[in-house]
Order: sequence, then structure tokens, then C-alpha cells
Amino acid sequence: MNVAVAKTGNGRAVSDLFASAEGRLPGSPGVAALRREAFETYERLGLPHRRIEEWKYTDLRALVGEVLPLAAAPDAAALKRAAEAVTAHAIAGARKLVLVDGVFAADLSDVKALASEVSIKTLREVLADEANPAAGDLLRTAATDAVISLNAAVATDGVVVSVADGTHLSAPIQLIHIATAAGASAFTRSHLRIGKGVRATLVETFVAAGKASGYQVNDAVILWIGDDADVAHIRLMDDAPDAVNVSSHFVTVGAAVKFNFFNMTTGAAVSRLQGFITLSGEGSELSANGVNLLQKTEHGDTTLVVDHAVPNCVSRETFRAVIDDRAHSVFQGRIIVRPDAQKTDGKMMTRALLLSDEAEADNKPELEIFADDVSCGHGATAGALDDSLLFYLKARGLPEKQAQALLIQAFVGEAIEQIADDDLREHVIGIAERWLERRS
Amino acid sequence: MALLEVKDLKVRVEEREILHGLTLTVNEGEVHAIMGPNGSGKSTLSHVIAGKPGYEVTDGQIFFKGEDLLEMSPDERAAKGVFLAFQYPVEIPGVATMTFLRTALNAQRKARGESEYSTPDFLKKVREVSKSLNIPQDMLKRGVNVGFSGGEKKRNEVLQMALFEPSLCILDEMDSGLDIDALRIAADGVNALRSPKRAMVVITHYQRLLNYIVPDVVHVMSKGRVVKSGGKDLALELEASGYAQFEDAA
Amino acid sequence: MPAVQETVERVKRIDVDQYRYGFETLIESEKAPKGLSEEIVKFISQKKNEPAWMLQWRLEAYRRWLTMQEPTWARVDYPKIDFQDLYYYAAPKPKKTVTSLDEIDPEILKTYEKLGIPLREVAMLEGVEPKVGEEDPARRKIAVDAVFDSVSVATTFKAELKKAGVIFMPISEAIREHPELVQKYLGSVVPTSDNFYATLNSAVFSDGSFVYVPPGVRCPMELSTYFRINERNTGQFERTLIIADKGSYVSYLEGCTAPQRDENQLHAAVVELVALDDAEIKYSTVQNWYPGNSEGKGGIYNFVTKRGDCRGANSKISWTQVETGSAITWKYPSCILRGDNSRGEFYSIAISNGFQQVDSGTKMIHLGKNTSSRIISKGIAAGKSQNTYRGLVTAHRKALGARNFTACDSLLIGDKCGAHTVPYIEAKNSSATFEHEATTSKISEDVLFYCIQRGLSQEEAVGLVVNGFVKDVLQQLPMEFAVEAQKLISISLEGSVG
Repeated sequence: MNVAVAKTGNGRAVSDLFASAEGRLPGSPGVAALRREAFETYERLGLPHRRIEEWKYTDLRALVGEVLPLAAAPDAAALKRAAEAVTAHAIAGARKLVLVDGVFAADLSDVKALASEVSIKTLREVLADEANPAAGDLLRTAATDAVISLNAAVATDGVVVSVADGTHLSAPIQLIHIATAAGASAFTRSHLRIGKGVRATLVETFVAAGKASGYQVNDAVILWIGDDADVAHIRLMDDAPDAVNVSSHFVTVGAAVKFNFFNMTTGAAVSRLQGFITLSGEGSELSANGVNLLQKTEHGDTTLVVDHAVPNCVSRETFRAVIDDRAHSVFQGRIIVRPDAQKTDGKMMTRALLLSDEAEADNKPELEIFADDVSCGHGATAGALDDSLLFYLKARGLPEKQAQALLIQAFVGEAIEQIADDDLREHVIGIAERWLERRS
Repeated sequence: MALLEVKDLKVRVEEREILHGLTLTVNEGEVHAIMGPNGSGKSTLSHVIAGKPGYEVTDGQIFFKGEDLLEMSPDERAAKGVFLAFQYPVEIPGVATMTFLRTALNAQRKARGESEYSTPDFLKKVREVSKSLNIPQDMLKRGVNVGFSGGEKKRNEVLQMALFEPSLCILDEMDSGLDIDALRIAADGVNALRSPKRAMVVITHYQRLLNYIVPDVVHVMSKGRVVKSGGKDLALELEASGYAQFEDAA
Repeated sequence: MPAVQETVERVKRIDVDQYRYGFETLIESEKAPKGLSEEIVKFISQKKNEPAWMLQWRLEAYRRWLTMQEPTWARVDYPKIDFQDLYYYAAPKPKKTVTSLDEIDPEILKTYEKLGIPLREVAMLEGVEPKVGEEDPARRKIAVDAVFDSVSVATTFKAELKKAGVIFMPISEAIREHPELVQKYLGSVVPTSDNFYATLNSAVFSDGSFVYVPPGVRCPMELSTYFRINERNTGQFERTLIIADKGSYVSYLEGCTAPQRDENQLHAAVVELVALDDAEIKYSTVQNWYPGNSEGKGGIYNFVTKRGDCRGANSKISWTQVETGSAITWKYPSCILRGDNSRGEFYSIAISNGFQQVDSGTKMIHLGKNTSSRIISKGIAAGKSQNTYRGLVTAHRKALGARNFTACDSLLIGDKCGAHTVPYIEAKNSSATFEHEATTSKISEDVLFYCIQRGLSQEEAVGLVVNGFVKDVLQQLPMEFAVEAQKLISISLEGSVG
């Protein structure tokens, strides 16, 4: 293990972080053993670096260097600031589940309204339930690496949601992560089990309350989607400009499902969303899309592994990155087609728009194909705004910045328009417009 | 009154001089045709007037309404009333034509210190003009020029001309790629916009277009200069005798 | 899907047992003792009568190699190689110094005859000089440097090339005769420390070709090397160095075969190309090493480092490869686009069948201004093979106006094989324009049916479709090679007809 990386900001060994956190970590003795095991895995690996192929372009040792100590549970003042952030970022009509500094805040959440349609528990209570022999399963995931292991080791809270078969949710569920503390980390982990034939929309929001800065977020979402369900999942990451957000998604998709995923990155100094989506039932359609809007020295990484484990599924991926100043955008997308997954139709298109000479876009679209009767492909482009289009717009009277903004909107629009829900799509367009206004 | 004055203009593209001292004056209300063989510098002139990057003006001046046009950015020129109808209008995927029209119109009005159009007024105006140009409404919902035929693209240019009400319209090879019916529709649109306050510069290789848009003055360009100017009959003369006689004059 | 089943069966049956070049030449050979040590390195150097600087260079590489690890990132799987269980030097036992073809062991000549490589200029070497103007212009000449196991046995057309000022000779000779050129350029594109196999090669390379084209000269004929591994348990480590001086042009062809054996044979070559201002190098390979038998036994491990340096402004390097052989291929012919306005090209057909594993592609490294590159890769996987395209396109901060276009297409025949695409695309400035597209598909049932309905057999139809699939790349090959490559593709994939 790299010793330098094993230090926290205060110079303590990382194992001290675990020791200090251990008392605050919920869980039965069985769970505690699992956590220790996960922590040992992390200790062995250390933070991922560029020689780990999957992290080639996002060297956390160089970019982040250390894991900050766990944030203290929010006090009344922190909750008050969080409440203001919730008001500012809540999506109209959605039902909220709020996590503040890694701890579920019942008072800020719409538990009662949700309880009529879904079952909700906190990760904390499920892990602490000694009578539940399966509690430890919440800490296991299909894929793992150092940051996922660390999440399993020290996740303090999250939500465990279950939607019964056939339920049509009357409103979106919005999971809001709020950071109120500076210089601390929050580890959260949520499980969502969507029953057969369910219709649901999930929104995840990551924001800072007030002047919270320099914090770290490590989140994991484990999502199960039952047969015939129709699920939309929108993730909006707008953490503080100097924050770190590393999130891992594990999605298992049943048969004949429609799953529409969208990720928007507009914040954080360093961020990585790594998604592992397994199509495990036939006849499902996946639409996974996203936009990275990066400026200054931001580093934004979207890594997505779409695993066609069974025949007859369709996957479509559309990703756009707009990179200004000295920002660095990374997209890694892998489509796997397993030996039996005949008739797979998988397409991925990723494009990067470089607005500054010092901007950087790294793209690694992979195909890993073991079945012959498939139609798979990917496309990737990188480049600047098209001069001839800019001139046309300027010749029609648009000032430079406005002409750029219009073209950038059109550019990201190709990904945003994949969002099926009209209101959410408008909401995301609004975020993009505000980012562009901030820029000019 | 002189609307556009080009004085002894010299222009280079990548170290090669294309215009070697071109002079041209266009007054309000006039329609000028600029004719000339390929490579004579016709399109270069239109691009320089509109401010396209990539051209280096090494000498000479361009005044528009008495102001130095070369000091202005392309969008400032547009707001002042310079309109270039492109020979090859670009396709802009993802930007709906309607959005584009409104954004551009309001940007120009804002630059001139005028109030923005209200949405109903704007829609009414677009509908009127597009109807007269035979542009179906669903075309306006599509991306700018995306999937448009050659004729549709040119009609879209004329539509913008009508909406923006510029004082100088430069039509760069408007007839290229159009069949006779498409040409007639576009030309009718242009003729409807002729007015005592508006001037037009029609750039064309062929005389054909001038049967539909009849000019007041015809200039012949060769090798980066205007080598002859005259009335509309000059165009017919050219049609009969060709450009060869001017090759040496240049 | 089921309609192809028949094809799959046939393709499965053909594989490598029908390797056409699997004959062995019975000649005496001289081998160094098994294993690798400083002594062996010295032995090789001594055998070649090398100057001291060359031995020093080799020893440095050897010491470096001892500290290095075998790369594991490629998608290939093979038992660990015992580098002490290999012969690092094998030469056909010379009767005397070889100066012309007729002095070469007739057994070797027969081998080349069987291979069908164009040693038809034997007559000329015997003294029948071509008269100017008498040549049939339709029949272009090819100068051949044939490497048998580790030793260059014949370089033809030497005299005519000399007239043009072109140096084309075994690198072992060039080390002695043109030390200033070799010292200046050897290792300047692929440094001795580059990677495990390249470093090994630097220590033990036994021969290969050397080409120098002087300023302003357009090389009057295609230059060609034919490699053949004959000995048992030999590693073949050729080293090729091609320098195109300012404003010159050269086209170089490389062909490879090996006899059929049960053991795996190691081949770790290094090819370095240097193009100075306004120079152009076209490098074409048809690689047809023994791929192993139907159980996946035997075959060549082909771990090759090929790299071109567009060192001068407006220079151009173009790689074309047809890869049908070897049990394992690990090969990334690359271009360093250092000179302003330089251009790199990579055209590849990689066919894998049986148990073959291919991990191949290219690197286009844009450093100079307004550099451009183009990558066209066609992968065809059949049988139980794994076929991976791995490519890097990168534009550095100062590589303003860099442009790349990449298209990699894969075709799968049968459901036991795999086709993979692993591109790395790195744009580090806003004026870079990169376009990349990749597709994976199978042969269209409709097309096959259409062909069969018009009277083609299943295999002919497959061959037709595959040849259409790879056409863009075949067109890049010099004509003589294109015909050979086309035949090879048919052999690699056709059914019992083969």
C-alpha cells in the first residue's frame, strides 16, 4: 500500500480513519466483520491511480491524494442550512429523501407521503437489525474496486427503498445529498428495489448547503429493476466547485424493462460516476445518457459498463462533454456482449466539445463482444465549435458568446432530449442554460 | 445617398492576394449585380463585407452608412443592416429554425437599442412571410437547414431577409443548385423586398438570375477587380460574348 | 443465425491444419547454446563481427531487460515463456560467404520457391543485367532481402539499387559498412528501454534489413523482406531500420511464414522507420506465421514493436498489414507525428481463426502542428479465436490542428469467438478534430442468401463478403501483395475447398 495515500489530512493513518469511524458505523457483528474485510481490501489497494487501467485517466492519488475524515453528524444549525438547500433544489412535485453529511434527515424528507406507495428504511436501521440475516448483502456489489470497498467499509447511512410489484408512483422520488461541512467526507449507500411492472422516476441531487466546501462524497446506488418496469433515473451532480464526488451505480435490469438514465455533471473539482448496468432479462431497452459541463480546472469522469448478459436487448448511449478553461473530461464506455446474448443491439455515441486550448477530453469507448449475431457500434468525436456555424450565426446578428451558447445548447441537447419526462427535461435544460450564463 | 462604399480594397487569403484594389459604391434603393468568372473574387468580396474570418484586408476601406465596416464584428454588421444570403447555408442540427429566427432577430434589435418582439407579433410575422415563400410550418420546427433541399435552404435565407429587414442584402450565387421553379420562388421573395431604402448586391456567374432580379447596375469582375460597369444590358452582352474579353482587361 | 451454422462448421474444420506453408527445410544449421546470458549476447555479436559499440549497446539492453516485466495488459493468454529454454541464434550453416543467390543452399532456395516469393531475379544475379528500356513496365521489380531463421541470406538487386544510391542490405552488414547511419538512427524510434520484447530484441537481434534512401531519391523498386522461421525452439529477433532522407520515397514489403510445429516459437521483431522532411515511407506486411493446429497447439508468438517517426515536416508514414497467422499477435505499428504537417496512416486486416489470439492496432501520436492521421482497421474473428483492436490517438497541447479519422469494423463468424475494440482517444487542445467510429456485426444473412441463390457456394459467398469487407485495406497494398493477401484471406476462411 502506498503510505502517502494512507494518510488523512491530519497525517493519521487511514486505518485510524476506520478506527475512529467504527464506533459510528451501524451494523450487527456480522456486518462489522464484512466492513473490516472491505476496509482491508481498500488498505491493500489504496486510492486508484493511473496504472490501474479502469482509472487511467482519473488518478485519484494525484487528484485527491487523501481521504478526509468522516463528517460529524449534522447538528441543528447544519440541518437548518440543509433545509434551505433542499428548498432551493427540490424538484416541484417530487417526494424528497434527504441525506445530510451522510446521515438520513427524516425531518427534511417526505417519508409520510412516500409511505403510502413505497417501503422506506434507512441503511442504518437495516444494517443494525441483528434479526435480519441478509443485512450484510447491502454491503456487497457485483463489481468492486478500492473506492467501492471503502464505501462498503464506512458507509454511514442511505435509504433502502422497495417498490411493490405493479405500483405506478404518482410522483418522482428525489434523493437529495447535501453537504454542510467543510473538509470532511460523507459515505452513503442506497438500495432501491423496483418491483415488476412498476413505473417510477428517481432523481438524485448532489449539492452543497451554504458555503460548504472542500468536502468529499463517496456514494453507491444499488438498483434492481423488476420485469416489465418502466424506470427513469436522473442524476444531477452540482457539488461545490472544490468538492470531490465519486459515485458508483450498480443496476440490474430484468426482462422487458424500459430504463432511461441520465447524468448531469456541473460541479465538483474532481468527480467520477462509474455505472455498472447489467441487462439480465430479455427484451429490455436501456437508454443511458449524460452531459458533462466542465470549466476552470474541473475533472469530470463518466465511466459506464453496459453488460448485455442475455439476448434481445437494446442499449443506446449518448454522451456529451463541454470543456472550458483547463478542465478535463473523461468518458469511458464499455459495451459487453456475453456469449449467449445474440440479437444484441448496442450503440454508443460520445462527443466532446473543447472550448479552450487547454481543455482536455479523453475518450475510451470499448466493445467487448462474444456473440456473433449482434449489431454494435460506437462513435466518438472531439473538436472545437464549428467556425462556419459560428460565422453564420454571427452574420445573422448574434454576438460571439450568444452564438456559442446557442451551438453548445444544441450540442448538449442531443443528450438531454433523451430524457423522456417533459418536466425533468426542462429542468435539466435550465441547468445547462444557467451554466452557460455563468460562463459568459 | 451612398449606402456601401468599397474603396481600393485589397484582400489576401493565406498569403495569396484575391482582391487587388476593388472599388464599388452602392446607393440606397439600388440593385447591383456583380458578375464574373469563377475565381474572380466575387464570393471573397461578399465574405469580407460580412466579416468572415480567414480574410486579411491589407489595404482599402469599406464604409457602410458612412461608418467603417471593417472595424465591426460580424454580428455588429448584421445589426447595422448587412445581410449575406449564403451560397451554401450551413446546417445547424439541434437548433430549431424558429428558435434561431427569434434569437437572431432579438439580438439584432437589442444591439440597436430596440425592444424585443413579443412572441405573438413574432409568430404572426414569421407565418406571413413563410406563407408567401411557400415554406411549410413544420420546416420551421426542424433544425436550421437540416434536411432542407437546396431550394428550401435558399427560401430560408430569403425568409430571414424579410424578417430582419436589412438595408443591404448581398445574395451570393443565389441561383446555384436551384431549378427554375425554385429560383422563381426565391427571386419573387427577393423582389418583394426591393424598396427605396434598401440596396441589394446580387452576385452571380450566370445572367439567368438577372432575368428574375433585374439590376440597376451591372459590374463585371475579373482577377480581383471591377473591370467594367454598366446598365442591365451589360449582362445580356456578357451572356452573348462570355467573360473571355475581360480576362485581358484585368 | 442458424443459416450460418454450416459456414461455421466448415470454417472450424479448415483452420490451421491446412496451413500451406507448414513444410520444414532440411538443412544443417548452426545454433548458439540454449538460453540467454551476457555470454550469448557476446556470442551473437561476435558471430556478426560487430564493432565494440554495438556489443555495448546490446549489453546495455540485456541488463535493462533483466529488470523488466512481461506486459500483461493485452487481451492474450498464453503459458509463461521460459526465456532460458530458447535458442537465440540459429543460422543456416554457411558453406562460405554468400555473395549471390547461386551460392545459397539450394534447399533454402527451394523453400522460397515453395513460398512463391519473387526470387526470380536469380538470372540477373548470374550476370544478366537488365538493359534500360527493355523492361516490361507492367512487371515491377522487387528487391528481396530474405531472412532465414535469424540470418539474412540474400539481398537481390543490390547493384541496381546502389546505382540509385539506395542502401539495402542486412543490418548486420550495415553495422559494419555504414556505422555512422546505424549509430545515428538505431534505437532512435524504439529506444532499447521501450518495452520488454523490444529490449530483448535489442540485446539479441541477429539480423534484419537496413534501408537508407538518400535525399530526393524515389526508390526505383519495391523493397521486400521475407522472414521464415525454420529451426525448432528458435526465437527470431529481426531488426529492421528504414531511413527515408529528405524528399525521398520508399515502399517496403514484408512477408512472414514458418513451418508447422507443435511447440510455440517466439518472434520478437523491432521495426524502426524514420522519415525526414517531405519523405514518405510505405510499409506493408503480410503476416502468415504458423497459427498452431486445430487444438491450439503450436504456432508463433508474434510480439512485435513497429514504430515510425515522421521526424521531418510534411513527412508521411503509412502502415498496411494483413495479419492472418501466428498463435498470438501483439503488434501496434505506430506513428509519431513530430514534423509539422506530417501524416500517419494505418490500414489493417486481422483475421483470426482456430485458437488464435490477436491484440493489434496502432498509436498515432500527434506532436507537430497540422498533423493528420487515418486508421482503418478490419477485424474478422472465426473459430474460437479472440480478435482485439487496441488503438491510441493522442494530440498533445502543442499539436494544433491535429486531425484523426478512425474506423474499426469487426466481423464475427460463429458464436465461439470474440471481437473487441479498445480505443483510447485523447484530445489535449481545442483545435484537434477527432472522429472515431466502430462497428461489430455478422455477415448479413440476406447477402449470403442472395449470393448463394445466384449460385455461389456457402464458402464462396463468405469469401466474397469478407473480401468486400476488407476491400478498403487491400487497396492500400502494392499490387503483388494484394493478390497474395486476397488468396491468403480465402485460405484462412474457406471451407474444405482449401
